[in-house]
Amino acid sequence: MAGELSFEQPLIELQQKINELKQFSQEKDIDFSEEIVRLEERYKKLEENLYKELSASEVMQMARHAMRPTSLAYIHEILDSFIELHGDRLYGDDLAIVGGIGKVNGIPVTVVGHQKGKDTKDNIARNFGMPHPEGFRKALRLMEQANKFGRPIITFIDTPGGYPGGAAEERGQAEAIAKNLMEMAGFRVPIISIVIGEGGSGGALALGVANKVLMLEHSIYSVISPNGAASILWKDANKADEAAEAMKITARDLHELKVIDGIIPEVLGGAHRDVKEQASYMKKEILHHLTELMQQSEEEIIQGRYMKFRNIGEFMFISDEETQQS
Amino acid sequence: MLKDFFQKKRKYATIPSEQAKKDIPEGIMTKCVKCGTIQLSKDLEKNLKVCTSCGYHFKLSARERVALTLDDGRLFEYDHDMVSKDPLQFPFYEEKLIKQMEKSGLNDAVVTGEGTINGYPVVIAVMSYDFFSGSMGSVVGEKITRAIEKATQKKYPLLIFSTSGGARMQESILSLMQMAKTSAALKKFHNEEGLFISMCTDPTLGGVSASFAMLGDINLAEPGAIVGFTGRIVIEQTIRQKLPSNFQTAESTMKHGQLDKVVQRSELRDVLTQIIEIHADKKVSS
Ligand SMILES: [Zn+2]
Repeated sequence: MAGELSFEQPLIELQQKINELKQFSQEKDIDFSEEIVRLEERYKKLEENLYKELSASEVMQMARHAMRPTSLAYIHEILDSFIELHGDRLYGDDLAIVGGIGKVNGIPVTVVGHQKGKDTKDNIARNFGMPHPEGFRKALRLMEQANKFGRPIITFIDTPGGYPGGAAEERGQAEAIAKNLMEMAGFRVPIISIVIGEGGSGGALALGVANKVLMLEHSIYSVISPNGAASILWKDANKADEAAEAMKITARDLHELKVIDGIIPEVLGGAHRDVKEQASYMKKEILHHLTELMQQSEEEIIQGRYMKFRNIGEFMFISDEETQQS
Repeated sequence: MLKDFFQKKRKYATIPSEQAKKDIPEGIMTKCVKCGTIQLSKDLEKNLKVCTSCGYHFKLSARERVALTLDDGRLFEYDHDMVSKDPLQFPFYEEKLIKQMEKSGLNDAVVTGEGTINGYPVVIAVMSYDFFSGSMGSVVGEKITRAIEKATQKKYPLLIFSTSGGARMQESILSLMQMAKTSAALKKFHNEEGLFISMCTDPTLGGVSASFAMLGDINLAEPGAIVGFTGRIVIEQTIRQKLPSNFQTAESTMKHGQLDKVVQRSELRDVLTQIIEIHADKKVSS
């Protein structure tokens, strides 16, 4: 196991014990096989339960795992062929967002996704997956192109958020995000979005106005990072765990709130344990939704997407409260 | 708890904003938060709450803004009774909502409706910073969306005064999704050739600027208003540098191409009238 997280400690300890016992039994030539089998069964059970019952802050650690597969990793596994396209034609090529054209099982698609780095150097080049306006505008350009040619769009969401910097502000971070939200709402082609890691705030939503929004089991989607919320709400960034629970940021929470359409299970221990296997789960879901959406008319595609977001929100009327009580 | 509050509120029903306004003890003198000049509150009021010395535009409540903008200050209000729920049972949200309602005399951070400007009918939405820092939750998102839909239906120009610190964190993901909801409604409005004038007032940040506030056909702002996505403090913490004093001011945001015009409060009605007039007769004469 590599890249263990603190909550995985019990598993690691048990594995160590098993290894020691195996070694001991070999060295001393004593038969511990029954004991070993028993421990291995315990390990399996522990492992299964551990990942099923992760707390919100543990899911957050999984979502931000340094080895978590990125958009490009999934693109290469899921697409038959892929040509990466670059630039927003206005300012530059933001590497925090990748995109291009290709085919999934023979179906032409445009794919756009936030891109975190594989290592420190890559992360610096990609600004840790935090786009500037030119990133969002590159995404929009590629999606508009897809709309022109009638190609479905697949987006992968994985960002802490739009980059909070002076230059990003000056080039219109707010406008760039807003424009994506508005234009995505009007596209005549099906859009499928999958949150693969971290769905942080407006910068995540800027790729997320889709017909189907799906999340990987151990990914998160939130309006502000739990650390940020804790420091604003309780003036204490150390209360991030508490904030993570209260904010309902896990795939399961969002599914219950009817904000997302489905959860894609992860390989045991997290997507990073087996990218190929994980990608195969995702490909299956993508193809399922693509075939369904591609049977709809353009009007149904646009209206379906509109109503999906139109219906999100919880409110009431004082007058209703009065009628109910009198 | 909210239910109890509404029951109480009903007993004292129809004590609208006028009373709330009187409840706030008004000093005779007001100190400008920008330049420190102390001036007669009466003079400040007469000057549309613009500092008589430095021209600083004081924040206005939604009611004040309506009074200054619409003919005779008359608003036919939509969805007055719409209030927040506490969908996530977020710690202390209900308590905070009640406090904000009592403080501001509003039911949430936006007032919507229709009225006229120099005789031209408009659909108007006015956000109020004195309710929860103008944060956008489900109620703000829904009321704005309904206002946009009304304007689409009636083919009226749409005017939104924004002011917001960002998202209503206590509604978490539901508040984020209001950005998509309002922007999607604007897509339909623009498809129908509707005119949307977005007026950014101090401050317009976060989820509000990154959705409807930046999507006007014409984006206006009040002098000195802070208009941007991420607030200065967070940026300074991230880049570990001090930003210039004029960072994100309307003037600087306009210089960077994000706004069409900075408009003095005293000139706003004229500018709005001019814009609406130009769009009133949009068919090519034959
Ligand atoms: Zn002053």
